[in-house]
Amino acid sequence: MSAVTIIRSKTEQAILALFAKHKDQLQGQGSFGSQRAKAFASFEQTGLPHRRIEAWHYTDLRSLLREAPPLAAKPASHVVQRAAEKNWSTDQIDATRLMLVNGFYDESISSFTMPQGVKVTDVYKALSDPSSKNFHDHIGQATQSSDPLIELNTAFMNGGVVIEIASGTKLDKPLELRCLVEGIDPVSMHARILVIAGDDTEFTLIESHQGPDALSYQVNNVVELFLGNNAHVHHVRLNQSGNYAVDLSTLAAVVGAETSFNTFHMVNKPGIARHQVFVKMQGEGAHLSVNGVNMLNGTQHADTTLAIDHAAPACTSRELFKTILDAQATGVFQGKIMVKQIAQKTDGKMMSQAVLLSDDAKMNNKPELEIFADDVVCGHGATCGALDEDLLFYLMARGLPKAEAEALMLAAFAGEAIETVENEDLRAILEAVVGDWLGQRAHHVE
Amino acid sequence: MLEIKNLHVAIEDKKILNGLTLTVNDGEVAAIMGPNGSGKSTLSYVIAGKPDYDILDGEILLNGVNVLDMEAHERAAAGLFLAFQYPLEIPGVTTMTFLKSAMNAQRKSRGEDELPVAEFMKRVKAASDRLGIAQDMLRRGLNVGFSGGEKKRMEILQMALLEPQFCILDETDSGLDIDALKIVSEGVNVLRDSKRSFLVITHYQRLLNYFVPDTVHVMAHGQVVKTGGKELALELEASGYADYKTLAA
Ligand SMILES: Nc1ncnc2c1ncn2[C@@H]1O[C@H](COP(=O)(O)OP(=O)(O)OP(=O)(O)O)[C@@H](O)[C@H]1O
Ligand SMILES: [Mg+2]
Repeated sequence: MSAVTIIRSKTEQAILALFAKHKDQLQGQGSFGSQRAKAFASFEQTGLPHRRIEAWHYTDLRSLLREAPPLAAKPASHVVQRAAEKNWSTDQIDATRLMLVNGFYDESISSFTMPQGVKVTDVYKALSDPSSKNFHDHIGQATQSSDPLIELNTAFMNGGVVIEIASGTKLDKPLELRCLVEGIDPVSMHARILVIAGDDTEFTLIESHQGPDALSYQVNNVVELFLGNNAHVHHVRLNQSGNYAVDLSTLAAVVGAETSFNTFHMVNKPGIARHQVFVKMQGEGAHLSVNGVNMLNGTQHADTTLAIDHAAPACTSRELFKTILDAQATGVFQGKIMVKQIAQKTDGKMMSQAVLLSDDAKMNNKPELEIFADDVVCGHGATCGALDEDLLFYLMARGLPKAEAEALMLAAFAGEAIETVENEDLRAILEAVVGDWLGQRAHHVE
Repeated sequence: MLEIKNLHVAIEDKKILNGLTLTVNDGEVAAIMGPNGSGKSTLSYVIAGKPDYDILDGEILLNGVNVLDMEAHERAAAGLFLAFQYPLEIPGVTTMTFLKSAMNAQRKSRGEDELPVAEFMKRVKAASDRLGIAQDMLRRGLNVGFSGGEKKRMEILQMALLEPQFCILDETDSGLDIDALKIVSEGVNVLRDSKRSFLVITHYQRLLNYFVPDTVHVMAHGQVVKTGGKELALELEASGYADYKTLAA
């Protein structure tokens, strides 16, 4: 056997050192310890994903991740106090709130009571508590793929939250998970969120993320969603991480029969972002809708990667993603629809549209279909281009300065994806985030 | 007053306007007629400030100010308005939002305050009623799925609300049915006053029965080749453009 020397980047070496340093202090030594070790071994073998790995061709983490900041510690009480005072874009929404500070759930600044049918467990505690059976039974089960981000998360996970929603529970107020990064030193965070929802549940889950600007922190969150049969679930993720942040996130969902799941994602600030959505349509007649808007400026890089697995008959899936790119920003959309042989009568449609506002901005679109059933309707499309000059002239001829005319067209462009969000108040918030982004841009242009 | 002097314009190395000269006085309604491809729409775009054209020579003065140095939105704020031959569809931007943005942008550049919402709604209601435009159309995307005639009415609605000083109507009559033509002409007629001028591009003498011009100009090969009174339109209806097609060549 010949010895292969693996060449590791500086960041990879630092990640190895971090694991060596922390592995014995992280929660859940006993049974969970071996899961960690296994996950880390898998990461150790592949290293950070890079451009020669197909799924990472356009987001080469090996070159994008320049450092591996230390793991965030459980926040001290004065940090938690500061966290409680933050303003959020979602403040005017009447919601049940769960607060994560630097990747750790903090009950003291979360809503005092949970609605009936909702049970919340701190992952920090569940990790070393064998009686948290639902946590241990579900962790890592929402996806079979050995994804490097999930492996890293499993290896380093030390906090997060488990939300269990009992069958038949219908929530009238949204649940909001607020993930705040607070502090002055760069840290890395690997929170794990499990949502385990029974049959006939109905709820809206908001995920809001924010953190300080000019701080190069790294987030690698994994959300696992287990949705029973005949559920109606809406999920909105608003990524307003700081402008130097690296925000990596994975949403892995298993969708039961006749269940409708609608997830929307918006990115406007972080320097580097990748949002992965892996959905398995496991029950017959489920409906999935995955949509999003990315607005990028400067040298921002944002990647949306979807893998939709139609593993049961007669499911529908719809994806609509809009990307607005200015300056030297880079956008990536990778969307894969897989239709298993059993999944007859699948109806899938995917669309990615990008507007380039500058010659230096770049969009990479990669839609894919992988179909093993014969009675299916599947389609995908991708467009990429500048704003229509004739439309711009039409608006300017009516008196709108160029930046304003562009803003009107871009708001309409993003609006088409925002339309897919059912909750009216949330739509208004998302529209306002778009408006702010466009306003700041117009300010630059003038 | 609009003065166009010796205007030479090309697009993609193709010469379209060849030394066009034309004056429209305050309060005047000037009609332009001419064969297809003679450069009428090009002239209207150049006046409105569409950026695709190479202006090789000449000037366009609005009240003595050369508008060729201005961007399209500045010309609009200065009082120029073009009703497009082919109005564009803008999906996702409701007609209401569009009207409000346009009116307020022009007010802003003139240093005026934004129009209060109630006042805005009142004006839109009055003008759209006069043009027979149903309110629910205003909540749809601008021109999206509108019929040809509806789009033309929408152009005139914009004109009525923006109260420009110089209006260019590029074939507003084509696509209108007989009743709509009367309604729209009426809508334009009420805007006529001693300060406001119109440049009306049309192929059909019929419009000019309802919206009677002071002068009629014949355009061919990118020039004004004949100018006369309203009777010139009748002559053209009878004789066609055969004489003019050779005249300027
Ligand atoms: N982008 C372009 N590139 C090349 N030629 C053009 C372009 N736009 C217009 N032209 C040409 O310029 C000429 C004048 O066109 P214009 O639209 O001004 O004519 P018009 O008088 O308005 O005709 P109509 O009565 O049919 O509306 C035509 O020959 C047309 O083909
Ligand atoms: Mg024309």
